Order: sequence, then C-alpha cells, then structure tokens
Amino acid sequence: MTTDPLVLYGQSFASRLLLGTARYPSPAVLQAAVQRARPAMVTASLRRQGINATNAGNSFWELLKSLAVPVLPNTAGCHSVQEAVTTAQMAREVFDTPWIKLEVIGDDYTLQPDTQQTVEAAAILIKYGFQVLPYCTEDLVQCQRLIDVGCQAVMPWAAPIGTGRGPMNPYALQLLRERLNVPLLVDAGLGLPSHAAQVMEWGFDGVLLNTAVALSQDPVAMAGAFADAVAAGRAARLAGAMEQHSSAQPSTPVLGTPFWHHDKAQA
Amino acid sequence: MKILLNQQSTDLPAQASVQDALALLAPRPPFAVAVNTVFVPKAQYPSHLLQDGDRVEVIAPVTGG
Repeated sequence: MTTDPLVLYGQSFASRLLLGTARYPSPAVLQAAVQRARPAMVTASLRRQGINATNAGNSFWELLKSLAVPVLPNTAGCHSVQEAVTTAQMAREVFDTPWIKLEVIGDDYTLQPDTQQTVEAAAILIKYGFQVLPYCTEDLVQCQRLIDVGCQAVMPWAAPIGTGRGPMNPYALQLLRERLNVPLLVDAGLGLPSHAAQVMEWGFDGVLLNTAVALSQDPVAMAGAFADAVAAGRAARLAGAMEQHSSAQPSTPVLGTPFWHHDKAQA
Repeated sequence: MKILLNQQSTDLPAQASVQDALALLAPRPPFAVAVNTVFVPKAQYPSHLLQDGDRVEVIAPVTGG
C-alpha cells in the first residue's frame, strides 16, 4: 500500500482516481483502460431489465467482477429523494456494497444536481448505513450541509457532466479546499489530464471521471495519462509550489558572469 | 389484476406476489426489485403481495459514470 493513501470513510485506497465504466468503444477497451489506470473504484449503475432479458447485463456483471476493483454504484437519472434512496437500496443489494455515489439531478439540460434534495437524500442514506459520496456543485454552503448530515467526503463538479471543459470556477473550487476539512473529489467535467493535475495541485484528494477517457481517441492510453496526472498533481501538492513573483528573477547565478555580457549590457 | 412490470402491462392472478411476477420476467441475476418506487428486499419476494395497478421495477447492473 502507498504511504499516501486516499482515505474515504476510514477505508484506504492506493489510487486517487475513480473511473466510470460507460461509453467505451467496447467491453475489452473498458477492461484494458481499467487495468491501465488501476483506479480506486469503478462506477456502475442500474437499469431495467426487459422481458426475456438478453445476457448483456450479465456480461457487464462478469466483466465487473473480473476487474477486481471496488464498485461505486451511482443513482444516475434520479430526480427525487425517493428515487435516489430506492435506487441506492437496490444497488446495495445488487453490488453488495455500502458505497453509493449519490446523484439527484435538478436540471436535465445541465445535469446540475438538485442541491436541496441531494442533502435530504444524503441524510437518509447516512442513517441507513450507506457510505455516501455525493455529486454536488461547487457551492460552499451545500458542501457544508452535506458534511453536516454525515457525508465524510463530497464530490463537487468541475463542469457539467460529459463536457470536458475542465474547472469552470477555480475560485470556488479552491475556496472549498480552504474551508472544508473532509476529502474532496472533483466529479464531472474534466477533459484533460492537465485538468486533473490542476485540481490535485489545488489540494483536492481525488478525481472521478469517465467520458474524458472513454471518448478519447485511445481510451487505454488516456486512462494511463489521467492516472499519471492525478499522481503528479498530488505529488506537487505535497511538495509545495514555489511562491509566484511579478518580475523576472534569474535562475542562473549572476555572480561570475563572463565579461562579454557586461559589454553587451553597456552597449 | 393488471400490473406494470418494467413498464409493460402484465396480467397476474389475485394474491400474486413479487416472486410470481419475477417468474414471468425470468431476470438473470443479479437484479433488484422495487414496487411503486419502494425497494423490496430479496427475502420479501414470496411474501410481498401485489395490488392491481402496482408498478414493479426490476433492475440490473449496467455501465455508469
């Protein structure tokens, strides 16, 4: 185990990257991407089975088991507290896990979370014994309310789901890090490994992403690139960045500069 | 009585249980069930009796973000 694990609800993870399983070109590419990234968790969801269901659902289940990575079920598509709580209960039975990525959508166009209902659903799920990772906005007060009801980590978006735009509100995201003492994971909106490195440098504890890997030209290579970027950003955060200056400061020693430079300066 | 089984209108005898509805659908494990958006644990499938107009949802793992 790493000496710098991601700790969520008392459980340690060697990686600080959580990876989604949707939108890959094929199950084989998904499998290879997960093997390359070695994420802390992979996300999954639940949907209806039709009459005389095909074995498509089963093949994903078999793939998921073969990955040997903890599963983080989500409540994607839920628009109310009741839907989210019921979906979480169903997910706990299917995946045999207390983990839940709580999503309660308030606006279908932006997929912006419903701040009020997310807090209400989180409070119920915490009481039911779930380990809730709530998808939320970068709103400081909403994040604080989620913590107040028992969430031991929060997951603000960087930008709307699937946009790949990177952090849209750097000020608010950095403010969250200043003000909150729980693990913070950026969930949604990242498009580039540099976005992931950026938020890790700001002090975020991890990132959750899906589309940026799945819809890249080479998802397996991009999965590796994101894993490296998350690790680099974290290492930089721990190392501590230099102080910025407004004027140039020579990095090469000035003492002992050869005479011709002086001649040029005087010319 | 008529119920909605994963949004399809389905005829079932009176006093039918969740287990009876599942026998028609024959879902492949793993799956989970809700009736009228309320979770029904596995252990309650035989004892949870359905009412006319009930909405039964059977869901299974899929990819997700």
